[in-house]
Amino acid sequence: MSDHQAGSYYLPEPSGWPIVGSAAVALLTSGLVMWSNHIASGGWVILAGLLVLFYMMFGWFGTVIAESESGKYDQQVDRSFRWGMSWFIFSEVMFFAAFFGALFYMRVLSVPWLGEGDTNAMLWEGFKATWPTAGPLGAENIGFGKEVAAGANQFSPMEALGIPAINTLILLTSGVTLTVAHWGLKKGNRGQLNLWLALTVLLGVVFLGLQAYEYHHAYTKMGLTLGAGAYGATFFMLTGFHGLHVTIGTIMLAVILVRCLKGHFKPESHFAFEAVSWYWHFVDVVWLGLFVFVYWL
Amino acid sequence: MEATHAQDHGHGHPTGLMRWITTTNHKDIGTLYLWFAFIMLLAGGCLALLIRAELFQPGMQVVTPEFFNQLTTLHGLIMVFGAIMPAMVGFANWQVPMMIGAPDMAFPRMNNWSFWLLPVAAIMLVSSFFVPGGASAGGWTMYPPLFLQGGISNDMTIFAVHILGISSIMGAINIVTTILNMRAPGMTMMKMPLFVWTWLITAYLLIAVMPVLAGTVTMLLTDRHFGTNFFNAAGGGDPVMFQHIFWFFGHPEVYIMILPAFGIVSQVIPAFARKPLFGYASMVYATGSIAILSFIVWAHHMFTTGMPTSAQLFFMYATMLIAVPTGVKVFNWVATMWRGSMTFETPMLFAIGFVCLFTIGGFTGLVLAITPVDIQLQDTYYVVAHFHYVLVSGSLYAIFAGVYFWLPKWTGRMYDEKLGKLHFWLSTIFFNILFFPMHFLGLAGMPRRIPDYALQFADFNALATIGAFGFGLSQLILLVVVLKCIKSGAKAADHTWEGADSLEWTHLSSPPPYHSFVTPPVVK
Repeated sequence: MSDHQAGSYYLPEPSGWPIVGSAAVALLTSGLVMWSNHIASGGWVILAGLLVLFYMMFGWFGTVIAESESGKYDQQVDRSFRWGMSWFIFSEVMFFAAFFGALFYMRVLSVPWLGEGDTNAMLWEGFKATWPTAGPLGAENIGFGKEVAAGANQFSPMEALGIPAINTLILLTSGVTLTVAHWGLKKGNRGQLNLWLALTVLLGVVFLGLQAYEYHHAYTKMGLTLGAGAYGATFFMLTGFHGLHVTIGTIMLAVILVRCLKGHFKPESHFAFEAVSWYWHFVDVVWLGLFVFVYWL
Repeated sequence: MEATHAQDHGHGHPTGLMRWITTTNHKDIGTLYLWFAFIMLLAGGCLALLIRAELFQPGMQVVTPEFFNQLTTLHGLIMVFGAIMPAMVGFANWQVPMMIGAPDMAFPRMNNWSFWLLPVAAIMLVSSFFVPGGASAGGWTMYPPLFLQGGISNDMTIFAVHILGISSIMGAINIVTTILNMRAPGMTMMKMPLFVWTWLITAYLLIAVMPVLAGTVTMLLTDRHFGTNFFNAAGGGDPVMFQHIFWFFGHPEVYIMILPAFGIVSQVIPAFARKPLFGYASMVYATGSIAILSFIVWAHHMFTTGMPTSAQLFFMYATMLIAVPTGVKVFNWVATMWRGSMTFETPMLFAIGFVCLFTIGGFTGLVLAITPVDIQLQDTYYVVAHFHYVLVSGSLYAIFAGVYFWLPKWTGRMYDEKLGKLHFWLSTIFFNILFFPMHFLGLAGMPRRIPDYALQFADFNALATIGAFGFGLSQLILLVVVLKCIKSGAKAADHTWEGADSLEWTHLSSPPPYHSFVTPPVVK
């Protein structure tokens, strides 16, 4: 409609996608409430919510991509996207900050308090405040690299060397491959773009595979579960939310790859590609924090 | 008066209900936010009246103690997340694009979603009254270990908070991007109306702390159902850790509710004093200072949990420091009025009411900041009095001032001045009857969140309940005023208030065109 293009800033027509998204969120959250409380069919409601959510994302992002490819977005819209994505990533940083805060609080304050003075004498005399710990009444830490028998109230903490170190290398490498792909895009070398972007997606998938293996090993061989006290909770919540973000990032990279193969993006304008790479680098940086504070120190 | 674009409500756009569901227009979405906030205000108000009905006399008369706890909890959640915050976002939606000379918000579709997530969360919260065990009853702050023990409604509260958080973050990103990227040529940062400045800083606070709230309620969820021990000392965790993370969100949250109110009042007072705002730059810096300080004062909510004296001293002094930029603001508002050509239309009455009564709430805040005093007053009615003076006669009064101020612009019609003034005077009288006695109750030691009390507190409680019903019923006047204005108000001039000088008054018709500024105005 002409009035909508009178100014240069693109203003979309009324859209039905947001309300579909709200329906998805309603299903998803009520399903999660039901599932958490062992109400039958909670899982199905979650599934329905996810399906509607994916339907919404296909439709909504599809609309945005079509608008972008037909040249409706000018420089100012592009700047809006840049600001929007930057602030979104900042909000994600603060989400992880809450969990890192919990980790530091436990390691520096609450666990040492349990091991000293009146708290120790009155509550759990003899409890030694060390890290990693599952707390005074939690499973016993039997040290790195030991196998825990099934049913024993013990756990073995995760070592930094091995899979976590390999995963660090994988993520750091994926940052490089993504940058090489970006160079290809800027030079107009589509072959380089597609190859290195595909490699990045592959590295993301390998990372997730190794993480899944690590979790399985932790649960079955190391007695390391969500229930393993302060250590288990912070370990799984931090690495778990990071893994979720890697999953989302990998899906985003895959979508971008499909778009590249379809011939989308121009050397001078390709913000979706840049947004996904910002996100990927953010996920990378969070991992470095995890590797240092969760696995290593 | 340039830019009197033809009234265009978008040919071929959906009409009726679908117009509101699919709208991508900042004015429609602002209207939705404001009506939603008003409905939630009445809902939360009804819960408050039930609370006050029970507290009219000592002993148990109206509700059970369990239900009483649910009422206080949901009253807090609904008022904070359902009434005050959405109302402020409603103002941002209507005003920010008009005040900076933009055609609309930066992300119109996301803007729609930010709003339409709210009813989902509201339904989840309100319907939790009807599940087995009733609604959440541990207070709006959701402290463990109590919150870990309740029933399914606590999970509904957790997910409602998640949805509200997503909505707030998207709304905030939209507002920040609009302000940073959509300003008309010549509208430099230091020429922006103060309302726009306060919302820029508020949006930054929202993006910084809503994810932290999401993180900590997620920990509550996993502690409740998935075996983690974040808040359980037996597993190496700490229930007090919840309070630290919660209040790291919670203190900036109170500025999220008051900074846009400062912004509204800073638009209204200069308009009716017919003088430019005194100390514009210092207002901007004061707002920024308050926002920064809000991140380092959270533990003043926790003085009785036991913390090292050095920490208590730090949080006490840091909290008192906030009085400096806030004092700058109050001084500037008063200085703006000094020797102005004052008139006292309803928006100005509410703004002056705000300055007087909010300042009382600010002073009691200083009293509570003093650690030894706070240890005495923690969880008494003194605290209840304090935060209602800043939230009701603070945030809510600013919202009322803003509604009366901009209603002629939004609707193109004047509101009924007589009814508006009646609304102000009844509200103000009953507000003080309701909340002022609570200072005395608190000083005498009456605890909050308790359905029964000792006989010595009976008189002040009866008085407060009379005030509560008076205040609650007075709000129906606002409903009448708004409906009357929309239906049959006299035609309002484009520049309704001759002392107001922001772009929506000087450049736009009343009501403004569908897209506020299709051609950006040039600001000198």
